[in-house]
Amino acid sequence: MKSFRAGYYIREGLSSIFTHGFMSFASVFIIIACLIIMGSFTLVAVNVNKIIGEFEDENVVLAYVNESYSVDEARALTSAIEAIPNVRTAQFVTRENAFDSFLSGVADKSRFADIDASVFRHRFIIYVDDIAGMARTQDDLLNTQGIVRVTANLIIARAFVTLRNIVSGVSAVIVAVLLVISLFIMMNTIKLATFERRDEIAIMKIVGAENSFIRWPFVFEGFILGLLGSLFAFIAQWGIYAVVTDALIPGGGVSFIQTIPFSQVSLPLCAIFIAIGFGVGVLGSSFAIRKYLKV
Amino acid sequence: MFKTYANGTKALKGASFDLEPGEFAFLVGPSGSGKSTIIKLLIGEVAPTDGKITVAGFDVSAIKPRRLPQLRRRVGVIFQDFRLIDKKTVYENVAFAMRAVGASNKQIRQRVPYVLDLVGLDMKSKAFPTELSGGEQQRVAVARALVNNPGLIVADEPTGNLDPARSLEILTLLQKINELQTTVLVVTHEKSLVDQLSRRVIAIDGGRIISDGTGGYYNYEEF
Repeated sequence: MKSFRAGYYIREGLSSIFTHGFMSFASVFIIIACLIIMGSFTLVAVNVNKIIGEFEDENVVLAYVNESYSVDEARALTSAIEAIPNVRTAQFVTRENAFDSFLSGVADKSRFADIDASVFRHRFIIYVDDIAGMARTQDDLLNTQGIVRVTANLIIARAFVTLRNIVSGVSAVIVAVLLVISLFIMMNTIKLATFERRDEIAIMKIVGAENSFIRWPFVFEGFILGLLGSLFAFIAQWGIYAVVTDALIPGGGVSFIQTIPFSQVSLPLCAIFIAIGFGVGVLGSSFAIRKYLKV
Repeated sequence: MFKTYANGTKALKGASFDLEPGEFAFLVGPSGSGKSTIIKLLIGEVAPTDGKITVAGFDVSAIKPRRLPQLRRRVGVIFQDFRLIDKKTVYENVAFAMRAVGASNKQIRQRVPYVLDLVGLDMKSKAFPTELSGGEQQRVAVARALVNNPGLIVADEPTGNLDPARSLEILTLLQKINELQTTVLVVTHEKSLVDQLSRRVIAIDGGRIISDGTGGYYNYEEF
């Protein structure tokens, strides 16, 4: 591309944005609307997955140590337990701490005045990486020397796994459908903008313009519109997310719902928005113009 | 030239004529006679079904799509409906035909004012087409067709949307361009104008050339 031509393509692309102001506005607006709808649903899905993950974390495994083990012997099992696959952390609890914890949850402590901590076992509170593998982890724990009993709520674990799979699957399908619909709408808007200029393209062809001469300003225009749309959509998405998350935690207080901070998702979201905006703008205008070039 | 469209319409059934460099000719005929098809063939918009067409050294009947821009740069086309870009000024409408062929900014700055002066629009270079009269718009179209110095100018009913006075102005302008050794082919229905100018007239009907001669004998009633 000759340098003076590149300058012309850029100038022409930029000036077209303003001379065809309404269609430019419509294209950017549609890109913003589609990206926000898709982005919002993606953020909801990501947050729902996170909340399910937090509930999953509450579902711990308890491993009880052989009664004959001293505190030090029992504590020494920590490394062996943490070496088991899927075990994220193993928190050792002495029988005394377990007894105190039990009593703290009892209203009438006098009923247990005649018993002491010796009726409790030393134990480990175990957090797993993936509750889908909880049954296997339970078996591995039972095979560990010194562990005599393991309690894991496998039914709840299975329920969480099923719920997570459903939410993930449904989210993926909805996001994919929204993406396809958005791409379709955005491409059509750009096609419409190009259709409005088919006479202009025909004139260019008649005077002997090569296809690249006609195409480049359109592609550059599509690039700018796509980029503008994605950047405005990102900023708007940021604002919407802030408003919604503030509403979920009124007055800045603590809620049982902990949403993901926007900063944590901003980079991938921005990259996805820009990629879609760029793709739709550049490819949309390239495809739209193709049929008018065959004259 | 033979041309049969995909729907079976036989637009040209062996029409044949030559235009010498620097010649001025009218192509006349009734609606559906094949005039528009000839123009489309000359600029490579459609391909002939059979026959051979040579324009400015290009074998249009066998031209590759990638060479069409080169052909079209050698043929300036003027349409009845002007086909100007409304959102560009007069200067930009003409300059952009030069940009399309890769002319530099310096060449554009030199050539466009000269051509606008030739068609009498040097004072209106900053106006937009919608601010001009029909005659002025057609003169912009003439300037655009002329700016790349083509060997042939084809005018398709260039006076169809103009009053008689403006029509004569446009044809006078085309004659002036012809005097600069540019070949000019004008498709028209304007009997009075054709008779007035007394130039070569090629008459076409039913896809065949029915007469070809110089001035004075063109009889509109035949059509």
